[in-house]
Amino acid sequence: MPNANLALATAGITKAKTGIVGLDELTGGGLPAGRPTLVCGAAGCGKTLLAVTFLYNGAAHLGEPGVFMTFEERPQDLVANVASLNYDLDRLVREDKIAIDHVRVERSEIEETGEYDLEGLFIRLGYAIDRIGAKRVVLDTVEALFAGLNNRAILRSELRRLFEWLKDKGVTAIITGERGDGQLTRHGLEEYVSDCVILLDHRVHEHITTRRLRVVKYRGTAHGTNEYPFLIDANGISVMPVTSAGLDHMAPDERISSGIADLDVMLEGRGFFRGSSVLVSGMAGSGKSSVAAQFVDQACRHGEPCIYFALEESPSQIIRNMRSIGLDLQKWVDQGLLRFQAHRPTLFGLETHLATMHRDVEEFAPAIVAIDPLSSLLQAGDRSDAQAMILRLVDFLKAKSVTALFTSLTHGNLEHAMTDMQVSSLMDAWLLLYNRESNGEHNRQLYLIKSRGMAHSNQVREFVMTHDGIILRDVYVGPEGVLTGSARLAQEARERERTMRQKHEAERRNMDFTRRRRKIEAQIEELRAQLADEQSELTALSDEASARDAQAADERTRMDASRRTAARPAKP
Amino acid sequence: MIAAQTDDTGYNLRLYVAGQTPKSMAAIANIRKLCDRYLPGRCTVDIIDLTKDPALAQRHQIVAIPTLIRELPEPIRRIIGDLSDTQRVLLGLDIEDDPGDAS
Repeated sequence: MPNANLALATAGITKAKTGIVGLDELTGGGLPAGRPTLVCGAAGCGKTLLAVTFLYNGAAHLGEPGVFMTFEERPQDLVANVASLNYDLDRLVREDKIAIDHVRVERSEIEETGEYDLEGLFIRLGYAIDRIGAKRVVLDTVEALFAGLNNRAILRSELRRLFEWLKDKGVTAIITGERGDGQLTRHGLEEYVSDCVILLDHRVHEHITTRRLRVVKYRGTAHGTNEYPFLIDANGISVMPVTSAGLDHMAPDERISSGIADLDVMLEGRGFFRGSSVLVSGMAGSGKSSVAAQFVDQACRHGEPCIYFALEESPSQIIRNMRSIGLDLQKWVDQGLLRFQAHRPTLFGLETHLATMHRDVEEFAPAIVAIDPLSSLLQAGDRSDAQAMILRLVDFLKAKSVTALFTSLTHGNLEHAMTDMQVSSLMDAWLLLYNRESNGEHNRQLYLIKSRGMAHSNQVREFVMTHDGIILRDVYVGPEGVLTGSARLAQEARERERTMRQKHEAERRNMDFTRRRRKIEAQIEELRAQLADEQSELTALSDEASARDAQAADERTRMDASRRTAARPAKP
Repeated sequence: MIAAQTDDTGYNLRLYVAGQTPKSMAAIANIRKLCDRYLPGRCTVDIIDLTKDPALAQRHQIVAIPTLIRELPEPIRRIIGDLSDTQRVLLGLDIEDDPGDAS
């Protein structure tokens, strides 16, 4: 991770990139170009590998051929040793990009008589440099000369001359030296090589070794002065400048589901903040891993890559166990969305663990990281170191906007569990899973102790694992406290009974009403019929009346007519 | 005695130098003198100037200059320095220090 502070005051000095992850960042671009650098450390601390990597990267990737002058290992051993890192030195040697020269000085075969110098070495080195046009040189370990030759005064002055000569040649050189008592190297090489000194360390703490690297001195460059853990594995060397990234990381507003619908509801219905750190602590068997798996499964469902750092169980065991709550993690592994990284906590030190995680996160770029359990990492280091290291990890993950879920095993009672965790203050959200014993059974409860930046639920929930995942149940709070398990079931039964009674009552009332309404409607109907009867009667009467009128009129007409008929006979 | 001595009569020596430095010149003079005195007629000395043929330095494992190598008789011996200490050179070459005894 580039650190702005390390890049200061580097103007004016040309750097030769080592191509070693982290080291170039740490030194603001690499080793001082055209100058010798001393790399010192005890046997087996990785000096040679660092030097070879520097040379290999130069020759293979940066167009800078190099000469490797070894005073200890035979060239074939060297080639074989680094072949495991996929460094094909043989090919580069064939292509005249790397020259290997094994300088063998055997005290028993050499008699010293009078004055001599090391011009032979200069000629060899000069010839090799000129032959392949080398820009880089490694002398590993030049101090072996002290074992082969007697005259210290000559050796010292010749080595001084050698380092000056390398500077004149303008090659970037790494000179390795064995760690001495009270000084950086056994023969005080640091007196001669004063531009840049890198110290490698290999410390054992409680049977666990941690490799560390420190830039002791770098003339003209503000370098990181801390000790940084470094790794040697199948990918070569990587140094982790895991400094605290500070508190300047972005805080996204985006939310990410916890994978447990009921838990999301407690978190304003939307889950955790993306890029936040979530701690799930609890006693043994309280379901921490299940919460982690559920979270990871949910993210994979949305196509987000996840890394699951398993520190206590093997990946296959986790996959098998999670099937019991209906999670098929294997599917995500097969699709390349989920990567398991399983290491025993005691395999290496805390720093190395964190360095590995650092590298894995850089490489895989996950959206979600689960570390299960964080507490076992604490066994791998000093408790005092642990918090600082975890802080670095948390900062790093935040800077990457990776949402991290840490599980942690707690001991003791609830009050203890709630205060015990030394890392809880670093976390944005904290779920506590607690086994409560009552009525002869253990029941799991979930407390959402904190969740920064949201109006989260403060209610205790019962945590139930089913074949279809985790569900959270409301608990009953009665005079005897929180009810879970069968007590809750009994309470639920009572509740159901009451509801049933109420329902029956309502139904009964409903029917009553219906009946009454029907009755009233019938009455209305009757009245309406009565009304209709009266109406029709009325109509009949009025019809009769009008008929009568019509008849009367008719009769009158007829009477008129008859009168006219009677008058006619009287006229003739 | 004579038969035994005839076995190791032939001395093949190679002296590696680098240019005309005082140490190199001294070494050349010293080995010539020593051969004339202790191994008259039984010794060949090749002088190799590495500044003229630098590739030989690696091939022959030369670190210090001057370096004298006894190729024959076997085993190979190496002596470094200007060869000014005759007793040590004789010891290194495994030659007995009795120049007068030519019988």
